[in-house]
Amino acid sequence: MAFDFLIQLLVNGFIIGLLYGVVAMSFVLIYKSSQVVNFAQGEFLLVGAWACWWLLAKFSLPFYMAFLLTLLFMILFGILVQVIILKPLIGEPIISIIMVTIGLSIFFQAIMNWMFGVFTEPFPQIFSAESLNIFGLNVQTAYLMSGLISIFIMISFALFFKKSKLGLAMRATAFDQQAAQSLGVSIKQVFAAAWAISAMVSAVAGVVFGIVNGISSGIAFMGIKVFPAVILGGLDSVLGAILGGLVIGLLEHLAHYLDVQFFNIGNLIRIAPFYALIIILMIKPYGFFGTKDIERV
Amino acid sequence: MIKKGLYLTCLGILVLALSPLFLDSYLISLLIYIGFYGIAALGLNILVGFTGQISVGHAVFFGFGAFASAWLNNNFSIPVFFCIPLAAILTALIGLLFGIPAARVKGLYLAIATLAAQFIMEDFFSRASWFTGGVDGASAEPLKIFGTFFDTDTKYFFIVLFWVVISFILATNILRTKDGRAFLAVRDHYLSAEMMGINLTKYRILSFGISSFFAGLGGALYGHYLNFVSIEEFNIQLSITFLAMIIIGGLGSIRGSIMGAAFMVLLPEIMDWLTRSLAGTSIDSALSLSEAIPFIKEASIGLVIILFLIFEPNGLAYRWGQIRAWFKLYPFSY
Repeated sequence: MAFDFLIQLLVNGFIIGLLYGVVAMSFVLIYKSSQVVNFAQGEFLLVGAWACWWLLAKFSLPFYMAFLLTLLFMILFGILVQVIILKPLIGEPIISIIMVTIGLSIFFQAIMNWMFGVFTEPFPQIFSAESLNIFGLNVQTAYLMSGLISIFIMISFALFFKKSKLGLAMRATAFDQQAAQSLGVSIKQVFAAAWAISAMVSAVAGVVFGIVNGISSGIAFMGIKVFPAVILGGLDSVLGAILGGLVIGLLEHLAHYLDVQFFNIGNLIRIAPFYALIIILMIKPYGFFGTKDIERV
Repeated sequence: MIKKGLYLTCLGILVLALSPLFLDSYLISLLIYIGFYGIAALGLNILVGFTGQISVGHAVFFGFGAFASAWLNNNFSIPVFFCIPLAAILTALIGLLFGIPAARVKGLYLAIATLAAQFIMEDFFSRASWFTGGVDGASAEPLKIFGTFFDTDTKYFFIVLFWVVISFILATNILRTKDGRAFLAVRDHYLSAEMMGINLTKYRILSFGISSFFAGLGGALYGHYLNFVSIEEFNIQLSITFLAMIIIGGLGSIRGSIMGAAFMVLLPEIMDWLTRSLAGTSIDSALSLSEAIPFIKEASIGLVIILFLIFEPNGLAYRWGQIRAWFKLYPFSY
């Protein structure tokens, strides 16, 4: 019984970890291209999830249309946030950048609570079957789909950065901003594109998360959980972010298992990632794949 | 010039000391809030504004001070009057302890580490019921000197004012010492500072300690004012509010800390007043404002942070200096 429980938790952890990986990836995308630490990443999820829910519940659109409209809206949203809020702050000290994203996160969270209330709202039923039986394990359809969607996003991310022109321009900018600019890459476009893609991908994660657990302001906490993941993987590594997300997802569910089975102290699922964060920062501050900051004088 | 500023400050303190005569107890309670938040913001400003170490977990030190003071008073029956500074010293020790790992990381990484510390400490508060009373919270006795209870707003106001004045004198003078200048050097260019023989680790830890001292002092005053300390008060929201205070007041400005605290305490009141004065109009009925007051207050905090960073990044203290200069140089301001 305990073993079954462990396996179940690990499967859940793996799928949640994939979602963390997606969010961490979009966090790293912003950090890499525009050197902004986005404390409002969780609010992107929240805004996206509520937007999709609103389209579904108010206009009773079919799911795929609501979803596509949400993505379009989030692209616009990301660009607007970058152009209106972040652009005037380019070159400001790091505390200003951090604070402005914190301000954004408070603002959007309050506005979302105001517009949609503080209670958890379930998504309308989308999948016909509640759960599937795979190798004797009961996996919720929504969980399975969310895992597949996460993997799909990751693959399309990789293709985008390998093949498309904009993706190449973004990688060039991340590598050397001035060199990219002198070769005709428009930095403005790259920054806007980074925010747009990040907001869009976050919104997908938000919608998936909303389908699994229902939407509430708790989704925004994903934006905080992303920090252990990106620190573990290294702040500027996309691959690291995915792996970090997976590790943190598994770790917190493992902690939950130990908690329930042995320690009985409660709340460990919530707090374990932060202990992990502190430990990682102490022993390997640049994570496993991050670029080391070398200071020469 | 310095003399004149000193006289003005003394005059200001005198006016404040006499203010209970002509303000009602509601306004006095706002002033008390400004007082202990101002002390805590001052501590955060020493850490962030003067030493350049970003902390997103200041509220837990504030909370630690509140719990420590109540704990000392309840378990060792030390008079509250002595508990307040003792709690501050205890918080400073905890701050030093936290500073040891924090001194290894800087900038962005420190911000993230303190964010994690915030959640870990919040968790600790809810677990350590011997110290905090757990979910029931801790009760804090009102302050008593020579048999007189300082339990009304008007009486407690003087205690807070006393500590505000002490803290600001202390902070101003700390920054004039060798250590204070070392903080500025660490902030401005830590590599040069290190080359000039400033021990980076030592000063980063010390800065954490001093900052926690003020946070603990503010927290202890807060606890004995409300007579009850609950574990839910010291969340990330409060930490962000402290950061907002110093951003709005002005990073690296002693005076700015209290200006920012005043702004952040008054902002929800102003929003409250605005919403109520709009009651009954068509805007109110369209947006159902009266039900949304808590959200409006919260959103306004976020909005104010963003607007200040974009339009007034130097904060209120800088603007205050400009206004003073304008008056001094009038009519030939060039």
